[in-house]
Amino acid sequence: MRAIYWKEMADHFGRKRFLLLLGIVVLGVLWGAFIDMETLVVSGSGFFFLDVFTTTLGLPLSLLSFISFFGPIIGIALGFDAINSERTQGTLSRVLAQPVYRDALFNGKFLAGFTALAIVLVSMGIGVVGLAMFRIGIAPSGEEMLRLIGFAAVGIAYLALWLAMSMTASIFLRNTVASALVSIGVWIVTSFFILIAATALAQQIVPEVETNEDALRRFNAQLWISRTSPSALFSEATNILLDPIEGRLLTPLALNMERTQGMVKTPVAAGQSLQLVWPHIVAMVAMIASMLAVSYIRFMREEIRA
Amino acid sequence: MSETLIEAEGLVKAYGHFMAVDGLDLHLNEGEVFGFLGPNGSGKSTTILMLLGLTEPTAGRVEVCGHNPTREPLSVKRQVGYLPESVGFYADLSGIDNLRYTAELNNMHRERSSERINTLLEMVGLGEARAQQVGQYSRGMKQRLGLADVLLKEPRLVILDDPTLGLDPTGIQWLLGVIEEMSTQGIAVFLSSHQLQEVQQVCHRVGIMSHGKMVLEGSVADLTTQDDAGGYRLSLAVGGAVDAAESALRALPGVRSVERSGRSFEIEGDTDLRGQAAAAVLEHGGDLLEIRAVNSTLEDIYLRYFRVD
Repeated sequence: MRAIYWKEMADHFGRKRFLLLLGIVVLGVLWGAFIDMETLVVSGSGFFFLDVFTTTLGLPLSLLSFISFFGPIIGIALGFDAINSERTQGTLSRVLAQPVYRDALFNGKFLAGFTALAIVLVSMGIGVVGLAMFRIGIAPSGEEMLRLIGFAAVGIAYLALWLAMSMTASIFLRNTVASALVSIGVWIVTSFFILIAATALAQQIVPEVETNEDALRRFNAQLWISRTSPSALFSEATNILLDPIEGRLLTPLALNMERTQGMVKTPVAAGQSLQLVWPHIVAMVAMIASMLAVSYIRFMREEIRA
Repeated sequence: MSETLIEAEGLVKAYGHFMAVDGLDLHLNEGEVFGFLGPNGSGKSTTILMLLGLTEPTAGRVEVCGHNPTREPLSVKRQVGYLPESVGFYADLSGIDNLRYTAELNNMHRERSSERINTLLEMVGLGEARAQQVGQYSRGMKQRLGLADVLLKEPRLVILDDPTLGLDPTGIQWLLGVIEEMSTQGIAVFLSSHQLQEVQQVCHRVGIMSHGKMVLEGSVADLTTQDDAGGYRLSLAVGGAVDAAESALRALPGVRSVERSGRSFEIEGDTDLRGQAAAAVLEHGGDLLEIRAVNSTLEDIYLRYFRVD
């Protein structure tokens, strides 16, 4: 598997695809450069290095939205042609005639893609944080660092999920274009339509809202339906990590008015927030594992024709 | 004692109701060259996939190099080199890098492999194109690189699926030379091909597949000298006492039939009767103008099975 891993790494960081990955990193850091940091440091929540990722000061979209938009796309870009391009090139039967297990081929490719995604995300994050340190002249606190590391972990899991999804598509669909389109389709459906569907379904489940309890029940129904979507999991988890004060409040603000009114706006400890996002990470890892399992079952017994 | 490298019994592969391979028996020894013939769609490639564990047999037993290809794929693949029908390489890597990758997949020692890669590239005539991207190779060059790729792991058995495809006539002759060379080194070669003449040149044994079954199998020498009934045919032309010669020929022990047309005879016998026939003609006052064994080529045999039905 080591040989496959390094070959794939060389592919990711060689020529064309490297330009794509580098481009994303540079774009992300440039995006951060437009943030009005001088205003932010004064008006923000007090967690400057977290605010950098969530703020829209001087930006059309926050850096977080940028990542949640481009992340899945790079994940898909690294995986959609993993197996089917080998098939069409005729290299699959030659490689599988060598003494390697089929799952080693698949695992090697997944791990290489995972490493590439992690490198991209982490270097983009370091770039943005470094830029902010350079502009403002303060260093992130230990609390902020912990939260940023948690954010990186959630981000990598989220990107790896799309890598696993597109690699699964590359096993089932022989045509690379088809697998790219299906992957993007799945992303759009789970990121946008499920959220709309969740609202509609929640209205069916709890048709009438008279009391606060009803509203809460409807909201919970909506929440649990939308949690089947990876992007909902990602935004929930990042919210908790990057907004220490209000991020943990999952229920809508209107419902919480009375609860939050008397609440002292103190931040949650980083450890607490990390505990809160642990289920999200586990859920994403479980999604990855189940997609890989489906791929193995399909790929292991498949006939490999030249 | 030569070892058995391929041993298959009652091998079956069914796709739904379609029987791609239907009860096939195979046997291949060390250093033997086996020609696997048959029209397109007769189940040759499917058989090869089963030998390599690239597809599972529906029924039957198969052992390659003493291992079951489905259950112990790695032990088989360590010893078997396979050149697929349409061999593919990574188009953006050079020829030498493609081979290096194969060497790494085989866990070969870097120094040993780089030496071997260079020798093999020279051998297949790609010494100058080694650093060129495979995307720029011609079909024949890819085929040559494929052969180097197969030999890289120092296999005991080589399975070639239509290796002459895309090679020019000199390339084909060269390939046959390589196959003979492999066989003298003790490597068994399982060769699937449509080039009957070439197969006849290098193969020790051939098998002809039709609709998933082996319809004919035997050594090339036996098949070409014997006819379908296992008889040997010879043709001779006689001068002088033709009638006396005819009765003498008919009286020879082991003769199955004698056909006469004018001065020439076609004789079928249980064994090669050339010596006895010549002596009989001369003894009875005939002049022996010509005598030869009637051998069929592999092509004749093949076409006998696959006349347009």
